[in-house]
Amino acid sequence: MQPRVVLVTGVSRYLGSKLTALLQADPAIERVIGVDVVPPRGDLGRAEFVRADIRNPIIAKVIASAEVDTVVHMSVIATPFGAGGRTAMKEINVIGTMQLLAACQKASSLRKLVVKSTTAVYGSDSRDAALYVEDMEPKGLSRSGYSKDAFEVEGYVRGFGRRRPDVDVTVLRFANFMGPHVDSPLTRYFALPLVPTVLGFDPRIQFVHDDDGIEVLRRAVLEDHPGTFNVAGDGVLLLSQAIRRAGRVEAPIPQPAVTVVGSLMRRAGLVDFSPEQMRFLQFGRGVDTAKLHTEFGYRPAYSTRQAFDDFVAAQLRSRVITGDRAQAVEHAVLTAADRIGHHGRSAHA
Amino acid sequence: MPEARVIPLDGRHGRDAEATPVAEPPPAPPAERPDWERRLAGALAFLRRRVTGDYEVDEFGFDQELNDSVLMPLARPLFERYFRVEVRGIDNIPAEGGALLVANHSGTIPVDAVMTGLAVLDHHPAHRHIRMLAADLVFTLPFIAPLARKGGHTLACNPDAERLMSSGELVAVWPEGFKGIGKPFSDRYRLQRFGRGGFVTAALRTGVPIVPCSIIGAEEIYPIIGNAKSLARLFGLPYLPITPFFPWLGPIGVLPLPSKWIIEFGEPVPTADYGAAAADDPMLVFNLTDQVRETIQQTLYRLLMQRRSVFF
Repeated sequence: MQPRVVLVTGVSRYLGSKLTALLQADPAIERVIGVDVVPPRGDLGRAEFVRADIRNPIIAKVIASAEVDTVVHMSVIATPFGAGGRTAMKEINVIGTMQLLAACQKASSLRKLVVKSTTAVYGSDSRDAALYVEDMEPKGLSRSGYSKDAFEVEGYVRGFGRRRPDVDVTVLRFANFMGPHVDSPLTRYFALPLVPTVLGFDPRIQFVHDDDGIEVLRRAVLEDHPGTFNVAGDGVLLLSQAIRRAGRVEAPIPQPAVTVVGSLMRRAGLVDFSPEQMRFLQFGRGVDTAKLHTEFGYRPAYSTRQAFDDFVAAQLRSRVITGDRAQAVEHAVLTAADRIGHHGRSAHA
Repeated sequence: MPEARVIPLDGRHGRDAEATPVAEPPPAPPAERPDWERRLAGALAFLRRRVTGDYEVDEFGFDQELNDSVLMPLARPLFERYFRVEVRGIDNIPAEGGALLVANHSGTIPVDAVMTGLAVLDHHPAHRHIRMLAADLVFTLPFIAPLARKGGHTLACNPDAERLMSSGELVAVWPEGFKGIGKPFSDRYRLQRFGRGGFVTAALRTGVPIVPCSIIGAEEIYPIIGNAKSLARLFGLPYLPITPFFPWLGPIGVLPLPSKWIIEFGEPVPTADYGAAAADDPMLVFNLTDQVRETIQQTLYRLLMQRRSVFF
């Protein structure tokens, strides 16, 4: 189905604005309507902007009057930082989604719903399988926070899908975004000179490059891919490995002190890490992307490692340990050894 | 001993994009260089890769370079000199493709898993790495959890086992679990219950052969004569062993006894002919589980009869 009128929520955030810019450049799409509570920073071209909260009844009116056929829901947020606290964040995420879906259910013009979700819906636990497949249930879901929100949001989306079987629902579970333009708690975490980790744990982590993320969203809008898909770059990095690749130094913290250090860092405004993200730093998470490759038909251009390297090259300037420095040291030691060895050989001669 | 593997220096585009290299990579040492210099160059290159994070781990967290360069060399003297492990029937392990090793478990701490891994890596013509299935407790323990993943363990659950086997890996499982490894010395070489047969289901679904593996010698390394149950419960452990030497002799009590080991790999049990649907036939699963268990038990008795003494 070729979308005619597309509504994008969360348009003022980086991914939302990038996607909107791409969609408005497509002449086959008649109108692109962006919704957010703050005006977008960049130029959105011919896309229209509605300054409203998705909890506002005006959204239902916009969807009905513009005869929106495709809704892209991208305003489930990960950090209470920008939202003004955890309560407000939950309000925006869960209640906002409910209101938006209520409006969607009433809209007879609607044909497609694309939801930007997260692999955080799988939680993070020691009993997790190595890789989560889309239909697996989470083992250890935190009782609050982003992953709980995302889990509930997906629940409401499933409910919507049952009530409106004529609407194609695509749920995209993205791994953590990484890339030159990404600004998230995790990118700020890797930018710390001393990177705190949980002592005795080294989780596996996966990233998706923002270019790949936007491309997947764009294809989900333009092509028909009903279903739920994990989206992550190929391969995994260990947290310790990522810290080393970032040229940072690890600062392991004993587990009983982790919560205290986390809240201290939050208060100091260094990194806004919630307890569930602490669990992520302890147990990590891996998802299987075979369904994305085969059924959706997209293979991310960047692997997990390449996405991370791209972020490091663009955002982390002052690195303590770099490959070049390590190579210089290696070269110096070998040259010295060669000299000693040569000396020894000529002395024998 | 397998040769050190060459790890390609890929994934460099990020650094290359950022700056021109300061120093050229050190030239490959010419042949006339003394051995120590070549070894130094190898060690330095290894260190540089570790420090800069320039190595590969697979999606289960298995770090082959760390295994081949550090972990296995550390365990090798134990295998060759201390336990003097004798490996039999190694050709029963296929040279390639998925397979499932099923072995008896004993020894208080899972030294038998490490030794089995070395037996296959060093003695099998294809020098295969085994991928082990571990109990969930392992992944809750600090230091142990990341080491287990790097060493090739993953959680003993069907999705992981099937993923590994269908991608052609050699998977090893100790179905007795804590019941086997933590049993008292008086029960030595008596197989405990083989779980619920989950490993057979996984093998049937992926159609890989089951290779029974019998390990002699591990029972005697830490003879358990008592179990501090209430203390174990306090620490959240399945058992807390008391041996003739531990905890009485302190750190010396942690030394394993130098028993003589035999690891015998038995004839593979093919599962491909049953078809994947057979995994849903509980009777077949029970029968296969019993067959494998009985094979291992009989092999254990036979090997014990042949053994001259525990230590020689």
